[in-house]
Amino acid sequence: MKPAPFDFVRADSLGEALEALHEAGDEARVIAGGQSLVPMLNMRLARPSVLVDVMRIRELCRIEERKGQIVVGAAVKQVELERWSPLAALLPLVASALPWVGHAQTRSRGTVCGSLAHADPSAELPLALLALGGEVHLRNRRKKRVLPASAFFMGMMATAVEPGEMIEAVAFPSHPMGTGTAFNEVARRHGDFAIVACAAIARADGTNRLAVGGVADTPQAIELPDPADDGFEDALNEFAWSLGARDDLHASARYRRDLVRSLGRQTVEEAIAWRS
Amino acid sequence: MAKLSREASHEVRFRLNGRNVTAQAPARMLLTDLLRHVLGETGTHVGCEHGVCGACTVQLDGEPVRACLMLAAQAEGADIRTVEGLELAPGALSPLQAAFREHFALQCGFCTAGILMSLDALLERAPDASEETIREHLSGHLCRCTGYTPIVKAALAAQAQLKEEAANA
Ligand code: FES
Ligand code: FES
Repeated sequence: MKPAPFDFVRADSLGEALEALHEAGDEARVIAGGQSLVPMLNMRLARPSVLVDVMRIRELCRIEERKGQIVVGAAVKQVELERWSPLAALLPLVASALPWVGHAQTRSRGTVCGSLAHADPSAELPLALLALGGEVHLRNRRKKRVLPASAFFMGMMATAVEPGEMIEAVAFPSHPMGTGTAFNEVARRHGDFAIVACAAIARADGTNRLAVGGVADTPQAIELPDPADDGFEDALNEFAWSLGARDDLHASARYRRDLVRSLGRQTVEEAIAWRS
Repeated sequence: MAKLSREASHEVRFRLNGRNVTAQAPARMLLTDLLRHVLGETGTHVGCEHGVCGACTVQLDGEPVRACLMLAAQAEGADIRTVEGLELAPGALSPLQAAFREHFALQCGFCTAGILMSLDALLERAPDASEETIREHLSGHLCRCTGYTPIVKAALAAQAQLKEEAANA
């Protein structure tokens, strides 16, 4: 239960971090808050030979509003975003998802981008990012690229980040007027992994988007009509089956499908009620 | 930039319970092991060593964090407070500690140090925290003895006392 040996690089600038990542290639991992990575190191599920600590890089510590987006740097802790005062107005979906992320004692150190990098299928922040259609800003020492959430999450704990590359920031589109959002989750206990988590967005034009986590290998989203429409029930049911739910220790596949249908509907209805 | 190679031990400096501390730690050493094995501060307990039980919770710059999910090297320059730093004066328990004793909020005590550090941070930052918030914070800790109810009672009693003290101050 102790990490295997590694070299530790404490980067003071983005340039230093990218250079260190480039040198070590696929032997290196970025460490930010460490709330997902350190358990993996302790259990030796991850054995990088170089860790690059990015928490002291000033330019990564910022939360900024930029052209209709909220851009959150790689060193911003979950608790910092949670306490950022414009959050409820600009990103109400993220504001309601954050209290579900781990525990207060892990949000105090875990970063927003770190949770995306870990890409646990039941994690709330990847789900919120996919629901909102946000983007991940990646960078290696030569170039930057921006990927939509749908292209960033590639599988269970698998992302599009390449050797030598790191997440620089994540961009959430800020909340448009007239839109409602809602977030719900079912877990055994508060702070446990989600059995099913739902994020919904109800737009002013009457269309809805529902994203579901905890079932498929990555969060998945669907466009839905108004819950009163004929097609709603069928579309949601088909979506629930398409996620390929599996039985595991925590819940059966059937229970998960049931939750997608019931919690999914409830979440869309709540989002509509919040539409203003 | 600092580069700590895996072969050697490296100096790490931080504040621990109000004192400046300098210690030697290999790059891969966890903060829990630095506190307990190198510095001999064994009040911080280790249960699961992967972030689940909360026994190792300490305060880092005022926030409750899992010491088992932190590398010693990441503590460089930080202000850390452990259960050893809670008492008001040698032998004088803090109001929260005293309430734990008064309300039987501990039996074996394995979980206690971590829970104290979480609740102490919470009551400091949110003196009016509701019972629900207190319970939510407790969800980050496992206690196999008490059933949690006495812990909630102790937290509420400490909160009431702290508020009274603040009003009279
Ligand atoms: S020992 Fe750190 S959370 Fe269990
Ligand atoms: S008092 Fe024994 S585990 Fe909590």
